[in-house]
Amino acid sequence: MSSQESISQRFKEKAELVSATVVAIANEDEAIAYVVDLCDRKEACQLLVSGCDLAVSDKAGDLCDEKQRKVIAAPGLKPELYKKLATKAKKAGFECINSGLRDKLAGLDIGFTVAEYGIADTGTLMIDCPSEDLRLATMVSEFHVCMLSASKIRANTYAVEKMMLTRMKNTPDYLAFVTGASRTADIERVLALGVHGPLELHILLLED
Amino acid sequence: MQKAHDLKEYREELRESLDNDFLRTTLDNFAVAYRAGRANAFKGIDVKGLIGEIAASKDAAAADFDRLYAEFKANAEAAGVHVHFAHDADEANKIITKIARDAECKKIVKSKSMTAEEILLNHDLEAAGIEVTETDLGEWIIQLRHEGPSHMVMPAIHLSRFQVGDLFTEVTGKKQDTEIEKLVKVARRELRSKYIEADMGISGANFAIAETGGIGIVTNEGNARLVTTLPRVHVALMGIDKLLPTLHDALRILKVLPRNATGQQITSYVTWITGANECLAAEDGKKEIHYVFLDNGRSELVKDPLFSQVNRCVRCGACANVCPVYRLVGGHKMGHIYIGAIGLILTYFFHGKEKAKNLVQNCINCEACKDVCAGGIDLPRLIKTIHARIMEEDGHPLPSVLLGQVLRNRKLFHGLLRAAKWGQRPVAEKDGFIRHLPMIFSKEHSFRALPTIAEKPFRDWWQQNAPRVENPKYRVALFSGCVQDFVYPEQMQSAVRLFEAEGVSMDYPMGQTCCGLPVQMMGEMKASHDVAAQNLAAFDPSKYDYIITLCASCAAHLKHNYPKLVMGKPSLKLRADDFSAKIMDYSSFVNDVLKVKADEFKGSGGKATYHAPCHLCRGLDVHEAPRELLAKAGKEYVPCAEEEVCCGFGGTFSMKFPELSAELLRKKLDNVEATGASELYTDCPGCIMQLRGGLKRRGSSIKVRHVAELLDDSKKK
Repeated sequence: MSSQESISQRFKEKAELVSATVVAIANEDEAIAYVVDLCDRKEACQLLVSGCDLAVSDKAGDLCDEKQRKVIAAPGLKPELYKKLATKAKKAGFECINSGLRDKLAGLDIGFTVAEYGIADTGTLMIDCPSEDLRLATMVSEFHVCMLSASKIRANTYAVEKMMLTRMKNTPDYLAFVTGASRTADIERVLALGVHGPLELHILLLED
Repeated sequence: MQKAHDLKEYREELRESLDNDFLRTTLDNFAVAYRAGRANAFKGIDVKGLIGEIAASKDAAAADFDRLYAEFKANAEAAGVHVHFAHDADEANKIITKIARDAECKKIVKSKSMTAEEILLNHDLEAAGIEVTETDLGEWIIQLRHEGPSHMVMPAIHLSRFQVGDLFTEVTGKKQDTEIEKLVKVARRELRSKYIEADMGISGANFAIAETGGIGIVTNEGNARLVTTLPRVHVALMGIDKLLPTLHDALRILKVLPRNATGQQITSYVTWITGANECLAAEDGKKEIHYVFLDNGRSELVKDPLFSQVNRCVRCGACANVCPVYRLVGGHKMGHIYIGAIGLILTYFFHGKEKAKNLVQNCINCEACKDVCAGGIDLPRLIKTIHARIMEEDGHPLPSVLLGQVLRNRKLFHGLLRAAKWGQRPVAEKDGFIRHLPMIFSKEHSFRALPTIAEKPFRDWWQQNAPRVENPKYRVALFSGCVQDFVYPEQMQSAVRLFEAEGVSMDYPMGQTCCGLPVQMMGEMKASHDVAAQNLAAFDPSKYDYIITLCASCAAHLKHNYPKLVMGKPSLKLRADDFSAKIMDYSSFVNDVLKVKADEFKGSGGKATYHAPCHLCRGLDVHEAPRELLAKAGKEYVPCAEEEVCCGFGGTFSMKFPELSAELLRKKLDNVEATGASELYTDCPGCIMQLRGGLKRRGSSIKVRHVAELLDDSKKK
């Protein structure tokens, strides 16, 4: 196994340990197919997981009414890739957006983004997201799908330090390490996923 | 939160916690799971090396604060961020309230910030007519209950799903399930609508990085990301201790913080914000960002030669996670706002003497916190020093003064111990225990039987029986400590016989006295210092290869504290350094220096387990030697669960907090009995007193002995 292959293997193991789903893909078309398929397989009422049938207050319940069709948000994609995704999503009956995410705070079904680097030691994605829409896609979506080139996986955080600094010095900047889904153990130390952010994280590892 | 006025009231509060079965079970489970989780998370990492690097980098940052702050401010302002400096809590509250007013903010969402708890920020904002909603699940729960946090990382750890269910029923107006998964989703929905309405977000920060002028926030839930993204104004409040020169310094701390806090290799999210980011809810499309740095006494603390290390704290909460007392009583009784060992210290500096005076007495000095601290802070020492300072200001309680005065006069002290032998006659049993406790003890002390004073102290036996060893392999001095001199001299005698057989010449300087730890534990620093000087005068380290003691607590105190105690006196300091370098515990000497072999002993067989004294395993970092000796002496060593957790003795701690001591002992003995071993060995006469006394009360037949006694008995003669 080459050293990059073993780093990639370590990344996968570590990410899976924190409940991420890691899938190898051969090209970007497979990523688009994965996103549309996942959106299709996902519960029809995406609010189920965030509490549509739950005993929430009337005000919080109103959020349900704002949400009708399944929505895929994919800000920050290359235009041609976004176009392909939008066409496929439309055919499957889903709404596909790449801006205006602030109007969809009731819940997005899928946020699809591209990570700049992976950190093998902890199974972490490094996503630079100064654009608000891109940030929101990683925060308010119920499932976050993130594509990562296997060649962009580095051993540890020190190995991405220079790249981080380059971005931080090009202000303003908002950079995120994302590792697994949103989680809490605040009630009786029982692990629960999806407290504020995504309930699931899917990492599509692009073998390049 | 601390409300008790005196120690009596504080002890009553502690008793309430001890009666809270849910809290006890939760904290027990957590303590055990945490230990395994942390060890797993640090697998393959040089933890001590990493902690040393963090300590050095935080110390350097504190020393260079003025320059770093100027650099941070310049970089942040160049990127469109407003930077404020607040000298105290009041000023910070005013700054933040003014920001909210000026920007016409009515609703605030907040992510977790201990610093905001420190200054009681929500009170001021609410008084200004602003609605504040905590969005961290645990913080939201305690906000709704009008409580303070009971843990720095898991603020609602003291509550059950049923209590949360009832609370959410009240909040939503709908009957709630008690399934945790569902309660979490209800919070998700309720809070999502709060983010949408809010016009200001308040967060803390784990790192402020001078070279970029940006901040880093470490979270799991993802609420800090929403708080810093959706509202048009963002305020980040942080102590000046969060300032670091470079991103690298932050990444280094990030390697330890989550592993130490929760046993996670990294949290779900680490967010790095640099400059006024895009915000589509703002008129100009840019977020209004304010960083508020809080001093509140921190800069004074940094100037103190001893307390400056407090600045290294990264607020991981690990000192509470491993504290045996926290585990019994929970965070509301083990802190005011900040919790755990560091909480006891910060309470004194941030919230004053009145809030801290009872708390600082509740440290059993087991050093578990010092052992895990991400910044390598000597927490027990700082706690003891604060206790001593408070007594200097408020006056010393009578028992403490008396003990101090007695110990400073060795002849008086030893005379009293000898007199006690006669005084105990009417209540002494043949089995070495006192039949019933003297009147000065209340019934809370009845959880263990107390031993009688020996017929003949070790020092008298030595004068008649000191062996002469010709052509010795090693020359050692013996330090007996009070308990083995006057209560268990047979343990010393066992060591003497083995050492003689192994060709070790021994000296027992008669001028030696109590090591001084008991008075130091009570905050009597003057007495502690005087006693140290007496012992240093009694021992001339140049005459010996080693100074051996069979008491782990004496050993750790002599080795680590003596050089610190005489720091101010250069003549004594050199002597103390030589003295401390030669101190060694019995098991290390016999196993690692004498290198005794199994064939020197007759295998007596049988199952034996071990109790690791706090001051041996953490104080001296000795782990293998005593266990290897058990095997060499032919015992089948059966490991005991939580073998390195305190037995609850803690010297004078068990006199002050008998109900806590009793609980710690109960857990220890349950674990010992579960091993099925018929013998329990250890390396400290204080632990032996506690363990034997507890087993006697249980009517157990398990024998408790010092490792030295086993080797003496099993040695082929």
